[in-house]
Amino acid sequence: MNELSNNLAAWFRDIYWNYIEFWLVPSLPVLAMVALLVGLLIMIAFILLFDRKIWAGVGMRRGPNVVGPYGLLQSFADLLKFVFKEAIIPSGANKVVFLMAPWLTVTLALGAWAVVPVDAGWVVSNINVGVLYIFAISSLGVYGIIMGGWASNSKYPFLGALRSAAQMVSYEVSIGFVIITVLLTAGSLNLSTIVEAQTGGLQNWYFFSHLFPMAIVFFISALAETNRPPFDLPEAESELVAGYMTEYSSTPYLLFMLGEYANIVLMCAMMTIFFLGGWHAPFDVPPLTWVPGIVWFIIKVWFIFFLFAMVKAIVPRYRYDQLMRIGWKFFLPISMFWVVLTAGYLMAFDKLP
Amino acid sequence: MLLATIAFYLFSTVLIAAALLVVSARNPVHSVLFLILAFFNAAALFVLLGAEFLAMVLIVVYVGAVAVLFLFVVMMLDIDFAELRRDALSYVPIGLAVGAVLLGELVLVGGSWAIAPGATGVAANPTPAGVTNTEALGRILYTTYVHVFQEAGMVLLVAMIGAIVLTLRHRAGVKRQNAAAQIGRTRKQAVELRKVRPGEGL
Repeated sequence: MNELSNNLAAWFRDIYWNYIEFWLVPSLPVLAMVALLVGLLIMIAFILLFDRKIWAGVGMRRGPNVVGPYGLLQSFADLLKFVFKEAIIPSGANKVVFLMAPWLTVTLALGAWAVVPVDAGWVVSNINVGVLYIFAISSLGVYGIIMGGWASNSKYPFLGALRSAAQMVSYEVSIGFVIITVLLTAGSLNLSTIVEAQTGGLQNWYFFSHLFPMAIVFFISALAETNRPPFDLPEAESELVAGYMTEYSSTPYLLFMLGEYANIVLMCAMMTIFFLGGWHAPFDVPPLTWVPGIVWFIIKVWFIFFLFAMVKAIVPRYRYDQLMRIGWKFFLPISMFWVVLTAGYLMAFDKLP
Repeated sequence: MLLATIAFYLFSTVLIAAALLVVSARNPVHSVLFLILAFFNAAALFVLLGAEFLAMVLIVVYVGAVAVLFLFVVMMLDIDFAELRRDALSYVPIGLAVGAVLLGELVLVGGSWAIAPGATGVAANPTPAGVTNTEALGRILYTTYVHVFQEAGMVLLVAMIGAIVLTLRHRAGVKRQNAAAQIGRTRKQAVELRKVRPGEGL
């Protein structure tokens, strides 16, 4: 009996050292990464459907309702359709750059999620300069578009890419200033710390503070930054066919689409983290605080996305010069002024963190 | 530590290869793309050194803004590659001369470089104890070097204003949109109700 238990203990120790200590613990970040990506991709599949359903609902249509119950499997059907189509590369295209563009877009869009904290401590890479990392990666997103537009060797994609690049570079400036106001108030570049600075319910969220106007500016700039309607000028079908995506088909097109939606969801997550208290419950009372943080995070992201979808359905497309005007002459001065104002306010009332 | 070493050699190899391809690529757009790759790898090397703020700023400023404008210009230029290559050989002597001068200067500087005793320790320690890299940089930049920092900002501002002054032209006779006037228009100014009798018109 004693021998058996000794054997068993040795066996367990063996398993522990061989598998858990040696393989599982070092591979935890990898597992976290995989879990995040799988969760994100599934969420994007349903958020795509959600987007179409809302768009249909505003237009008093039904939207996708054939594949699966309530059309829930529509995105997966679309995925299969795209993957099994033939990928067409125009004969005049620069092949390497042409295929690299969608790949780059999707890699960057998913890569940015590495620093997004979905719950306390639930983050793949908790780096000190998380905000800057997100900002850097999203400023790289423009390359996917501009490369795709150029490599297509066609006029519409090229014009679409140029428009898009100018648009994204312009709105990055105001997003940068909005982020600076948040950083000043939170006193950190780490996304988890920014969320922790908004602990304690609704009244501590930055949305309901001196940063309220910046939340609005951020929301609209996020629409422009991700080429969402009403700022979807790079792919304005009445002017540019499908913009930079005109020559794309099959999986490369799917990758562009996936990257675009990953960026949109990322912007929703940023809005949640910067202004809506991240994973915190709206009221700091027991029944609400028992709900896991990730649930709150996802609810908030979906709420912001609902607003994105409603804007897409309701607001007509902007004219390009008006888009540039609102970016440079309206948002830039306001956000710049608000940086000064926030700094002054924090200094004057001794609220610097 | 092993991983960091492998990463260092990987990034530096790619960096040097990309830098070489910037010069040797036949298509200027490819050159710019390789330049971006080089910037990216330089940023990765900064991260390995612990200078995370510099790495991110390098990407935001150079890759996110400057290189986009490069790419813009290069893509829109109508370049005849054959024409370009035909004259390329005639520039080789002057290019070599400039390169030789630069190399000579670098050798002179490197040969007479004296490193302060404490400098190596500081260089290997980008984050002083207790603060993050960003915080440490901010403290130095806004205290000891605030004067230089502000002056650099002024120089950039002057350059920007200069560029605007040089290129801005007020053309006469251009219709411009006045958004405030459009928004401020009331119903009274825009709509007039008239009684129209049948068969008569206005």
